[in-house]
Amino acid sequence: MELWYSEQHTDYVRFSLKIKEQLFCGKSEFQQIDILDTYEFGRALTLDGYLMVTEKDEFIYHDMIVHVPMATNLNIKKVLVIGAGDGGTIRELTRYQGIEQIDMVEIDEMVVKACRKFLPQTACKLEDPRVRIYYEDGLKYVRRKENEYDLILVDSTDPFGPGEGLFTKEFYGNCYNALKEDGILVNQHESTYYDAYVEAMKRAHKRIMETFPIARVYQAHIPTYPSGHWLFGYASKKYDPLLDLKEKEWNALGLTTKYYNTQLHKGCFALPNYVTEQLNEA
Amino acid sequence: MNYTQHNAPIHEALLRHRKNRVVPFDVPGHKGGRGNTELTEFLGIDCLKADVNSMKPLDNLIHPVSVIKAAEELAAEAFGADAVFFIVNGTTAAVQAMIMSTCKSGEKIIMPRNVHRSSINALVVCGAIPVYVNPGVNHALGIPLGMSVEDIKKAIIDNPEAKAILINNPTYYGICSNLREIVLLAHEAGMKVLVDEAHGTHFYFGENLPVSAMAAGADMSAVSMHKTGGSLTQSSFLLCKNDISPGYVRQIINLTQTTSGSYLLLSSLDLARKNMYLNGKAMVEKTILLAEYAREEINKQGGYYAFSSELMNDDTIFDFDLTKLSVHTAEIGLAGVEVYDLLRDEYDIQIEFGDMGNILAMITAGDRHFEIERLISALSEIKRRFSKKMVGMLNHEYIDPEVVFTPQKAFYHDKKSVALVSAAGHIAGEFVMCYPPGIPILAPGERITKDIIDYIRYAKEKGSSLTGPQDMKVEYLNIIDF
Repeated sequence: MELWYSEQHTDYVRFSLKIKEQLFCGKSEFQQIDILDTYEFGRALTLDGYLMVTEKDEFIYHDMIVHVPMATNLNIKKVLVIGAGDGGTIRELTRYQGIEQIDMVEIDEMVVKACRKFLPQTACKLEDPRVRIYYEDGLKYVRRKENEYDLILVDSTDPFGPGEGLFTKEFYGNCYNALKEDGILVNQHESTYYDAYVEAMKRAHKRIMETFPIARVYQAHIPTYPSGHWLFGYASKKYDPLLDLKEKEWNALGLTTKYYNTQLHKGCFALPNYVTEQLNEA
Repeated sequence: MNYTQHNAPIHEALLRHRKNRVVPFDVPGHKGGRGNTELTEFLGIDCLKADVNSMKPLDNLIHPVSVIKAAEELAAEAFGADAVFFIVNGTTAAVQAMIMSTCKSGEKIIMPRNVHRSSINALVVCGAIPVYVNPGVNHALGIPLGMSVEDIKKAIIDNPEAKAILINNPTYYGICSNLREIVLLAHEAGMKVLVDEAHGTHFYFGENLPVSAMAAGADMSAVSMHKTGGSLTQSSFLLCKNDISPGYVRQIINLTQTTSGSYLLLSSLDLARKNMYLNGKAMVEKTILLAEYAREEINKQGGYYAFSSELMNDDTIFDFDLTKLSVHTAEIGLAGVEVYDLLRDEYDIQIEFGDMGNILAMITAGDRHFEIERLISALSEIKRRFSKKMVGMLNHEYIDPEVVFTPQKAFYHDKKSVALVSAAGHIAGEFVMCYPPGIPILAPGERITKDIIDYIRYAKEKGSSLTGPQDMKVEYLNIIDF
């Protein structure tokens, strides 16, 4: 018998992985959660049928969401992570000795439980003493914070479903308020190769631009995400991700990374023309 | 057939009709959607297939004898009424049917001035004479309240020949009058009690809510099932009790209601009644929890005041509908309409209305925590980004009118147009309304005062949408020409 998992990337495009076995299947108050063991990509987490992480390519996403802001401001001490139930973002953050506190706000406890059990590759550092996990709506959490964080990472699902509130102007405004005067916000910013995602990405970019004085977009290549081409949003009250890059200092930390390096940091803000055009239209 | 509240007779008849694959050689001409593919793609084939005409197995709204009759009887049982009419011309039609069923030309009806335009429109049509009772006003919030029992008593003594009393219950803001007491007073004086219960559908199904019109013994009530009851926009119920003659009411309704009642609307009323009867208690409970949570979080932010039952004063605020989320915004230096616009333009959040000092968000069981959080967060952002020192708030919403002509006489009288700024002292020949909520600032037949003109100009400046006058920009007003 052949078992295949398919994700509908558009109405007319499917992405399929051959499955060895299904390791976890659960329905929480918020979503359907599955963990699959695949032949090519190792273990994979899906939420409501959408692929979130695989063991084989998660390093790209997690390197890029964490190291780009960290190399821009090496004095980051207090970090807020929204979403990130698989733990991969936390794992990368815990590699920095200078970080004193990581607050993680994940709406769905079942995701964390399932990942702790079946995705230790990403969930391995959730026990770090600097990490505090709050199970609540990210929008609600951040609303009550003011001038508290050096960095906010929004490691969310897509702008439909439980992550919807994390692509809104009120959320970006609340983040602005929760950040210190030199704070940085990085969010997963979707992709625009397929038309269906373009409007959501533009709206998100417009809202961030209206909220932060510095707002950029950078890219990475993530094979299991729709089109394989993925965007991140970088926003800050003070630091420009290129002008303020601490290249020497970051390299002196001696962190080994599989995807990120400071050369790539400088390159990833150079975007294809069609993406630049879409951003200009936002 | 023996129907219970678990049935929805109109819905079931439509399902049978579809299964029978009846070939349509009648209207509507789209014939199950085949004649208009773009519309069918937009609305869905199931929707178009349910859009059918009256026929024997589906009954007829103007003279129900089978499934519509059964559905109306089930609704009567669910609402504790003696008779219920399915209305497909909006609650406006239900309100007009109440007034026209109880008042004829030249007869008096007692009503608060902050009635919905549909009530005064009914007076234009039927020629009845309004006796306005001041609603109380909360000056701190700038909102009209319920009717005071003492004011009603006085109106009854001064106008013993009045045929009926119309009450808004709850008001748009969720404020209720002492309905039971008013019903007693009116009935002692031989007057009918008509309730515009447009915003009170849920009162019939939930706990910890104000008394409903039927439970209070009122004679008629117009219930907007589509507002908080879950049916489609434009569908409503007219409830009757006591010695109101259903046959006569049906004749009145048929004067103006369509002869091709939409089965989309009728089946939505039928299913909404079933849903509310079976699940309404839990739905209302959830709604109250969401609204209470939002009030608490909004009040924590400071500046805003999400008001609630603490306002109750045993008279003009006899009771409060906890499902309503009304927020006073004037203290952060923003008019309600400004917050209303900011929520939509900046945050993609559409609320029910904003007036000069307040906003109102409708909360129902269709809401989820996510949306509530968005609203709360957006309000905190609006306060952070846009709040100003509180200045120049025009602090009254209610302007006591001097009624010179009946609405009907004024509406049909010869008129001339004058500039708004020079209209003071004249008699209005047309409505001026702030929309939403659609409550008249001026009605035909009323004396125009400087206060009223100031209010209109202020509302325009704050971005309220003003409707009613022939001049769409409301720079000119039609006045009575002698």
